[in-house]
Parts: sequence; structure tokens; C-alpha cells
Amino acid sequence: MEEKVVEIRGLMKSFGDLDVLTGVDLDLYKRENLVVLGKSGSGKSVLIKIMVGLLKQDSGTMNVLGKEVSTLKTKELNALRLRIGFSFQNSALYDSMTVRENMEFPLVRNIKNLTKKEITAKIEGLLDSVGLPQTINQMPSELSGGQKKRIGVARTLILEPEIMLYDEPTAGLDPITCGEINTLINQVRQEYNTSSIVITHDLTCAKETGDRMAVLLDGQFGSIGTFEEVFPHAEDKRIKSFYDYNFINS
Amino acid sequence: MTEKAADRKPLLSKKIDKFFTGLADAWNFLKRFFKEVFVPPYEFREVIHQCYRIGVESLPLIALTGFIVGIVFTNQSRPSLSNFGATSWLPSLIAIAVVRAMGPLVTALIAAGKVGSSIGAEIGSMKVTEQIDAMEVSATNPFKFLVVTRVLATTFMIPVLVMFTDFVALMGSFLSVNANENVSMLTFFVQVFESISFLDIISSVLKALLFGFTIGIVGCYKGYNSSKGTEGVGRAANAAVVMAMFLIFIEELLVLQIVNAIRMM
Repeated sequence: MEEKVVEIRGLMKSFGDLDVLTGVDLDLYKRENLVVLGKSGSGKSVLIKIMVGLLKQDSGTMNVLGKEVSTLKTKELNALRLRIGFSFQNSALYDSMTVRENMEFPLVRNIKNLTKKEITAKIEGLLDSVGLPQTINQMPSELSGGQKKRIGVARTLILEPEIMLYDEPTAGLDPITCGEINTLINQVRQEYNTSSIVITHDLTCAKETGDRMAVLLDGQFGSIGTFEEVFPHAEDKRIKSFYDYNFINS
Repeated sequence: MTEKAADRKPLLSKKIDKFFTGLADAWNFLKRFFKEVFVPPYEFREVIHQCYRIGVESLPLIALTGFIVGIVFTNQSRPSLSNFGATSWLPSLIAIAVVRAMGPLVTALIAAGKVGSSIGAEIGSMKVTEQIDAMEVSATNPFKFLVVTRVLATTFMIPVLVMFTDFVALMGSFLSVNANENVSMLTFFVQVFESISFLDIISSVLKALLFGFTIGIVGCYKGYNSSKGTEGVGRAANAAVVMAMFLIFIEELLVLQIVNAIRMM
């Protein structure tokens, strides 16, 4: 049996009178790419934000790399966060910094005793691997949406995380760039041995990147399995309509 | 089952509840600042960077405004003093007015507009584009990096800017006095320094520290709590200026009462 890196049990989260997660159970295995699907506002992003301690669950457990996130003190939580890479929906690159400074930021603040040469080599290596070495001195405002996404991923990889969380990696991108991002997600797993959770509502992205799919319906996972198990012959109308919409329209 | 926030009936009315919730939030924000400011790691480099941005980049605007204030106030005061044949009191009058009130007030109001709005908009935009979350997940305390550094920078730099404004305003006043009353620079500044006391300078600096702190903390608070996308960023920037200006006037009034009470002792 593969080693579990994330174990979620009975996770509940509400915002005011809106119940977003109503008892989520989920496992993520080592070197697995798990895709979490669901319509907008279904709580997909909330789930991964709880995973890195940006939000706190109301009840249930969230065990990441052997640690229960909600019980960690700030120092322990920060140590855990360094083992998780979070690629944000809008890339979240720091506007006031160049690409180099964006990538330097997590590195110089968390790993001491690195020489300037080592830092530059690391940054250039990662920019090479995401195919954007020429952007090193550019500001985020000068980059396209796809480039921002790639730099965002490169920035998270600089700390060599064990788990990667991708929040809507292909949202707002053209089909060609979507394909490039999907390739990048697979390439990251290959090169860095990461386990990943990909949050998306794009079934093409799900099919290309995911080993398993988990569909979030009404605050719980309605169906978990491989793409073939979950989608083509889905009995649940909501999952079926999800599949039909994505594939009939593409 | 726990009672949900939205199901709870407001204690008085929604608006009053919102007001007190806002007050409690602001108080918690202030408490968090004082808690974080003394706890390592200290972000010295970022404080210096912010001091540069806030201080040096505000200098031209502050200088121009101070210079104009000095000339205008001198020219406006001259006819009234001249009715009593007291134009020789102009340097003293200007010195007292500039050092005690106008220097700190004008600088703080200009800085609230320029620096406060920029802090509110910058942090607000970082909030709505998840840059603050990105900072947090890379194990950096965004409150310390963004809020503490900016508040310290405004608190340190506004007094420096006030001194600069005082000097430039007095220079503007001197030019006007020199052109009309043919008073030398030495005579002008001897009168200036004879008319201001140590208490005037200390109260001016303390007031500037308070104004600087207010501009920084209000800008950061409004930015840090902004929501609703780009509209929220605009609102945060606007609210940062309006709230900071309002508080500056209240603080001016309170400090004036305290200083007057000390003067009478």
C-alpha cells in the first residue's frame, strides 16, 4: 500500500449560514496526482486552504505529512508550509518585485547561508525548467497569464516541496497554454517527486494530469476514482452534466 | 448544533452592530501590531526600504507645499499686522504658527493623502490578489512584513518630513519678509528661534510621531481588511485617507489641550 501524505476525515467548514464542506473524507498518496473537481463555490479552494492553515476547519481532521494542521503552533505550521507548494489561481506574484525577487523571496527568508551565486543558479535552473529563462528581470505586469502561472509554480518549487497544491491552474487560459500547464504539472511530479492536488473544473486538465478524480458535490466527495471510473458512465446527474458540458462543448 | 452568525439577531441594529464589530477589529489589529513589533525576526531591510519610499519619495511634494504655505501665510498675515504697525512680528508669528501647528498638520494631511492612500491601495490589492496568502504559505508573517514595517516607517519618517516642512515654510516666509520688509536672514531666524520654545519643538515632534503612526496603521488596517475585488481596493484607499485625516484633526485637538495645560503649569 502506498504511503499516505494527506489524510482528511469528516472535515466541515461553514461561512456564516453557508455550509461549504459537510464531512469531507480524502486521502492523497505519495507521488499521486489527485484532481478535485466541482463547480464554482463548491469549496475546492477552501479545502486546500485548510491544508496549509490559511483557513481553519470547524470540525474534522486534516492530517498532512503526519501532522494535524489545526493543532500546530505557528512555528510548526510554518515548517510544514515549507514542505507544501501552493500555486494560486491568480498566480499571486508580488506586483512590486521582479521575477527574480519573487523567486528569491521564499528562498532567502527560509534558507540561510546561501551565497548569491547559489541563489541565482537555483532561480535560473527553475526558470529554465518552466521554459521562461528570459523573464528573470521582468515585472509580473509584463507577463502573460500563462507565464505568470508558470512563474508561480516555479516560485513554489524553489523550496522543493513534497506536496504541490494547484488552485485552478488552467483558469482563464487559452487551450494551448492550458496544455502547456498540464504538461508542466506532470513534469513537476516527474522531476520533483511531488504528490499533488489539482483543483479545477476543467475536465481536460483533470484527464491529462490526474491519477484519481474526486468530485465535490454539496460539500462532500460524491465520487472518487480514476477518470474512467468517475466520468463516462456516471449515474449521478450532476457528474454526468459536468462531463457532458466539458466534452460536448470542447 | 452551534448557532450560526447569520442566524443571530443583531443586538441593537445591523449598523450599530457593524460599527462595534469594526471597532473591535481595529482594536485587535492595533493590539496585534504592538505584539508583533517587539517579537523577532525584525524586518530591518524592509523598514529601511519603506522609510525611503515614504520619506524620500514624498519630499518634493512636501517641500513644495511647505514653501507655498510659508509664503501664503506670511502674505495673508501681513495686512493684519500692518494695521497695528507690527509687521516686525511676522517672523515670530510665522515661526509659532508653523512649528506649533501648521508644519505637523500640513505634512500629516499631505502624507495621509499620498502615503496613506498608497499603503491602503497596495496592501488592499495584495489582499484581493492573494499575494498576502502567498506570503503566508511561504512561511513569512505578512503582518510583520507588510504592516509592522510600514507603520514603523511612517512613524519615523513623518517627524523628519515635519522638520523639513517647517524649514522650507520658514524659508518661504523669509523670502516674502525679505522682499517686503527688507529683513536679513540672520535677523529673521534670530526672531524665529527666540519665539519658539523647547516645548514647541518637543510637542511638534511628538505630534508628528502620533500622526505618522496614525497614517500608517489606518492605511494598513483598511488595506488588510479590504475585500470585494478592485472596488474594495479603491474603497480601502479612500477610507484610509478619510479616516486618517479625521483622526489627525482629533489628535491635533487633544494634543493642543495637553500642551496648553503643560504651558500653564
